[in-house]
Amino acid sequence: MFRYYNLNDEMDRMRREMDRMFRSVSGAGLSTPGGYPAMNMWLDGDNVILTAELPGVARDEVDISIEGDTLTLSGERKPQELPEGATYHRRECGYGKFTRVIKLPYQINLDEVKARMHNGVLEVKLERAEADKPRKIKVLEG
Amino acid sequence: MFGKKRNQEEVNERRQTMAENTNLEPTKEEMELTEGAERTRPRRVFVPRATIYEHNDAITILVDMPGVQADNIDIVMEKNELKIGGMVTHEAPEGYSLVYSEYSVGDYERSFVLPRDIDREKIEASMKDGVLTVKLQRAEAYQARKIDVKAIE
Repeated sequence: MFRYYNLNDEMDRMRREMDRMFRSVSGAGLSTPGGYPAMNMWLDGDNVILTAELPGVARDEVDISIEGDTLTLSGERKPQELPEGATYHRRECGYGKFTRVIKLPYQINLDEVKARMHNGVLEVKLERAEADKPRKIKVLEG
Repeated sequence: MFGKKRNQEEVNERRQTMAENTNLEPTKEEMELTEGAERTRPRRVFVPRATIYEHNDAITILVDMPGVQADNIDIVMEKNELKIGGMVTHEAPEGYSLVYSEYSVGDYERSFVLPRDIDREKIEASMKDGVLTVKLQRAEAYQARKIDVKAIE
């Protein structure tokens, strides 16, 4: 058997391998956030859970709307109300309005959407629409 | 120790420049691992964002710690250093698997060196929507003891 290595291909492969290794050490499979807030998606069969960390955002400042398989999350973190004459030592917590549009893996059953905020973490539970579920087709004989 | 401190300053500087461009930052800053000692639980630790302001004789510290319950916050004042720690109680939803991830969940840790005249008996802390508020008062006794320095000509 004759194997022939293309040096460039081999270097490429090694570089990809290194990239993968570094990523697994530092980021644990994290994607770069596509805006604020950063979101995680969990799947269990036909159920989807979306989570986001939204510190300082009150429950009634969050808006969720769903159309088909697209979820839009918007809201606002209100700026801290400071007493008159107060001065900042440092100011790292941002504030303002945000909007994110997330493509879901399924069409969603709008009657079964549950969203809750707990300690500044948003959790949205979604279910796949009945009409979107795959159907098994029976193959008939004859 | 020195290296860690300088790193923290760099982080703060970076944060300030970021804050000018976009106000809401989706990424969290991960804590540097201290040399030698390791944590007992293999959990990630983040340096939470903080906003600090002063008004009259009170200093207010706001710390973003999403996912932390009030019971799981540790605030320790040692000499003039205020250590804030928060433990997340997040658990992966049962039966679900993480298919897409932009952030990871972890505990929070940060320390601040405070002015020396903080009244240790008057530290108040509260938690709302994942934001910790710590109120510190400057001690009255200390203010009264301040010595005026005369200029001698």
